[in-house]
Amino acid sequence: MRARPKSFDLADGVSLLYVALALLFIFLPVGALILFAFQDGIAPVPPFKGPTLQWFDKMLHNRRLMEALWNSVLVGGLSSLAATFLGFLAAFSLARRNWRFAQGAQLLLMAPITVSYLIIGMGLQITFNLMGIDRSLLAIGIGHVVINLPLCFAIVYSQLGEHQANIERAARDLGANEWQVVGLITAPMLWPTLLAAYFIAFTLSWDEFVIAFLLSRFDVTLPVVIWGLLRSGLSPELNAAGTLVFGISIAIVLAVELLLWRGRRAATHG
Amino acid sequence: MAEPRVRFQSVAKCYGETIALADTDLEIAAGEYVVLLGPSGSGKTTLLSILGGFVEPSSGRVFINGEDVTDLPAARRPTATVFQDYALFPHMSVAANVAFGLAMRGLRKTQRLKKAEEMLELVGLKGFGRRGVHQLSGGQRQRVALARAIAVDPAVLLLDEPLGALDLALRRQMQEELVRLQRQLGATFVHVTHDQEEAMSIADRVVVMKDGRIEDMGPPARVYLKPASLFAARFMGENNLIEGQVVGRANGQTAVDTIVGRLLADQPAEPSEKVHVALRPEQLRFSAELGAQALGDAEVTEFSFQGTHFRVHCRLAGQELIARVPAEEPPLAGERLPLYARAGDLVLLRQ
Repeated sequence: MRARPKSFDLADGVSLLYVALALLFIFLPVGALILFAFQDGIAPVPPFKGPTLQWFDKMLHNRRLMEALWNSVLVGGLSSLAATFLGFLAAFSLARRNWRFAQGAQLLLMAPITVSYLIIGMGLQITFNLMGIDRSLLAIGIGHVVINLPLCFAIVYSQLGEHQANIERAARDLGANEWQVVGLITAPMLWPTLLAAYFIAFTLSWDEFVIAFLLSRFDVTLPVVIWGLLRSGLSPELNAAGTLVFGISIAIVLAVELLLWRGRRAATHG
Repeated sequence: MAEPRVRFQSVAKCYGETIALADTDLEIAAGEYVVLLGPSGSGKTTLLSILGGFVEPSSGRVFINGEDVTDLPAARRPTATVFQDYALFPHMSVAANVAFGLAMRGLRKTQRLKKAEEMLELVGLKGFGRRGVHQLSGGQRQRVALARAIAVDPAVLLLDEPLGALDLALRRQMQEELVRLQRQLGATFVHVTHDQEEAMSIADRVVVMKDGRIEDMGPPARVYLKPASLFAARFMGENNLIEGQVVGRANGQTAVDTIVGRLLADQPAEPSEKVHVALRPEQLRFSAELGAQALGDAEVTEFSFQGTHFRVHCRLAGQELIARVPAEEPPLAGERLPLYARAGDLVLLRQ
């Protein structure tokens, strides 16, 4: 049947209005944040006085902010690497070995997703105290592995189905040992998934405040610095910093979407 | 006798209480094309998986070329498998897929790519080496899977319902190509399927399985014409089965009393034994040619045109029968059809 060209009616108008309002509700705060990063004046409040890049320039020359930015990249980059690697190993072994307690282990691994960061942060503080680990970037990194590992595990686990198991079987059948199966088949076959898990972990670490706040002392990450600066008052410079944080997050999310889309395409055609 | 290529020695597999494969002995000669045929749950795939090293038997030993491979993992067995879903490596080129087994054997890159190209040529995919797996059609993937498996020169090639995902025309074509390839390589193929037509057209020997047991095995023509069990008679093609009781044997023929009257069969049987008389639709004749015995007049109830013949449902003394009437002689519903059968065609199956 051919689709009939449809005329625009009232119902369409109402749904369009609804979508517009919903999007406005979601994006207004971010939009305002970004807009006033370009404020030509000292207060990021209306009225908007015209675009300038001076606050971005100031931010990029603010040593505290730049150090924190670098710390965030370091913590996010390394903790996500660890979370993805450990999550992959856990998912592989739980998906491929018929352990009696596999189901229980899986639940246990995923459980931290439901626990608030505040509770995890407190727990880590106490644990690190007992172990004599100082509050530091390392402590934050470990904290971020704790929160991201379950997520990475879940993402990779969902991609290790029976079809993939058969592909591994084929490799074994052709003479591959276990290391070769993981290194030459499983990991490369899952690379879009692994990268997606890595990037998702990175954005969560990048935006994460509570644990970073509780576990840091001298070296801090970007959200902690922004919080500190906020306490001394609003400034378009902070808007600029927020815009940068948001921009990087969005860029990564788009990269993940692209990866997953390509992965799905390869899966349906492969 | 020389040592067979494959020997199963009272191999069995249980999952808890469930018997997937009952005590099974089977020998497969070098260069033989064996088809394991049966419905799902018949144990055919279990038997294949045990040979491939993917399933560990609960008891029994498996020998390949006289060597006990029961405890060897799949990676160290001289077998290669073509999987039902092909299980190609999605992140590798076609050539890398085919060359994978050779890489695992430590062959140099130039050598293995040369061999991969040869294998691709053998399966009709010359020049496809650089393509990605996802750029291939289903039939082409099937060929790559085949090339990948034969590239390692396996002592036995295992095919697990390899044509199940292909459409009918392609399936026919691949059946012929599998046989051609097997002859050309002089290789030993063990092929699992539930499609009896496929089994008949490609096998040197069909192994009919049911409930984890071998019901019958032999050349397709023998299994088709003289099935050893009721199940084999039913599963391999269409059959008319008439219940009866053996009266006795005289003049080299066995007399069986059935609902359609007394039938004479060449096959010997014990007196008073209860049997099924099996008769293929195409073995029902319509005249007394070649000494066929008269069965009586059957009434045509239904028929359908099949191209080469009419498939006719008819009733003879309360017994439903299926016959094949030549395409040039269209039947009529309600028509009386005189039926005859030769004593040599009747198969007596113990109940």
